Amino acid sequence: MLELKHIEKYYNIGTVNEMCLFNDFSFTVDDGQFVSVVGSNGSGKTSMLNLICGSIEPDSGCILIGGEDITRKKDFARHKEIGRVFQNPAMGTCPDMTILENMAIADNKGKSFNLSKGINKKRIDFYKEQLAQLGLGLEDKLDVKVGSLSGGQRQAMALLMATMTPLKFLILDEHTAALDPKTADLIMELTNKIVEEKHLTTIMVTHNLRYAVEYGNRLVMMHQGRVVLDASGEEKSKKDVNDILTLFNEISIECGN
Amino acid sequence: MGIFIGVLEQGLIYSIMALGVYITYKILDFPDLTTDGSFPCGAAVTAVLLTKGVDPYLTTLIAFLAGMLIGALTGVIHVKFKVRDLLSGIIMMTALYSVNLRITGKANVPLFTQKTVFDNAFVNGIFPKSLLPVQTMIIAFIMALIMKLLLDMYLNTKSGFLLRATGNNDTLVTILAKDKGLVKITGLAIANGLIAMGGSVMCQQQRFFDISMGTGTVVIGLASVIMGINVFKNLTFMKATTAVVIGAIIYKACVAIAIAMGLSASDMKLITAVLFLVILVITIDRKKKVKKNA
Repeated sequence: MLELKHIEKYYNIGTVNEMCLFNDFSFTVDDGQFVSVVGSNGSGKTSMLNLICGSIEPDSGCILIGGEDITRKKDFARHKEIGRVFQNPAMGTCPDMTILENMAIADNKGKSFNLSKGINKKRIDFYKEQLAQLGLGLEDKLDVKVGSLSGGQRQAMALLMATMTPLKFLILDEHTAALDPKTADLIMELTNKIVEEKHLTTIMVTHNLRYAVEYGNRLVMMHQGRVVLDASGEEKSKKDVNDILTLFNEISIECGN
Repeated sequence: MGIFIGVLEQGLIYSIMALGVYITYKILDFPDLTTDGSFPCGAAVTAVLLTKGVDPYLTTLIAFLAGMLIGALTGVIHVKFKVRDLLSGIIMMTALYSVNLRITGKANVPLFTQKTVFDNAFVNGIFPKSLLPVQTMIIAFIMALIMKLLLDMYLNTKSGFLLRATGNNDTLVTILAKDKGLVKITGLAIANGLIAMGGSVMCQQQRFFDISMGTGTVVIGLASVIMGINVFKNLTFMKATTAVVIGAIIYKACVAIAIAMGLSASDMKLITAVLFLVILVITIDRKKKVKKNA
């Protein structure tokens, strides 16, 4: 279970641009939930992910995973149990390393990066099998550098690499936003498949309202650092894109956009 | 023939240093100016230990370790104190000038009869008299080859993979739950170890230490790396480390040609700088062409 308790976060403290993003913000995600988060720009979606992953620190409040307080834990240490895929496909892979080398480092997550051989030959068949389920033919290109792949192929690899080792949480930060509609659909299908197969607790930030409605078992809309809609289970399955869009327009008009 | 052998000797010795620059510049993407201090530091340590009668092989190893310590310090300044990469190197380079003087006690230390890795009872026993003119070159070749192979092996370990990943995309390293700062410190330590070892071997070959021998090392290293990698970039079967070693030799050959054409040894740094500029301009031009065609 992930808990954000009474989070306060200000930006540019002490300047004229001082801005309060979160004021007593609390949010809980139960194990096994697949939460889709939508909201306008600046509503705090990505900041929330950054708080969870340790990229930014809250001014006060605490963050707990499975009851353990991780508020002051270093970002890299938190990722032992968190997997993350970014909007930019380049962030989740190493462009100058081959597909095989990328798979090998992802496979070693959580273990020691010592002086033993970087690639375990016995694992190659497993990597091929994993790559084959992407359906992109990457399993035959093990020695190709990842930098020469397309954005969609790289994002598919990033997703695969992020979920190869056992995880408590999967964080998806607008991970389909930089892809063309067809590839985005493919990546989204793949995401859903992986999340269901591995029973991952997932938080997905997206601007695509259709994905938010179609996938996952909980839907959250954020606005100005607050949760304005939180529907899960049956309540969520009754919502369609138009309901969400109507609410979205309402809050946007409120603040004069 | 003499010039040819001289170029190979010097080129091979400088290639050990260039391998270190390859780690910082190409793999870690860290412009490390510590080089100008760690190279003469390796030489300073060597000069002092050899005059005290320490075994030359042990001395070379100690120089390597001294370089690792220096590199780790640069890393700590950058990672822990959050000083910019370029400035961390400048701070260390400046401090090392005085440290090196402290180590030796004077600006010049000649080595007259001391044993070196090139001239001791062991190697003199192996090499027949007829090979005497190329003895130094062969030993330098073996040393450069060993260091290159060791580096190749390291870069293919898990730790080496992580080093490459850090220079390439450090966000991924964080996602893999590893401290990218620690990886940078490790990389800088290994790099400066190689650079100091280059200084140590250089000192043993020319049989003297001079406080100013480090000036411009980073430029020579960068020139070797950039030239080597760009000349051989279409030969995909060739390892980058091999290209760097050959780059160092080509670089020394260019300098030798410039001197043979009438420039004096005191113009060395000017030649170094101009050559580096030419290499940079040529390689930048190529990149643009590729972009236009694409």
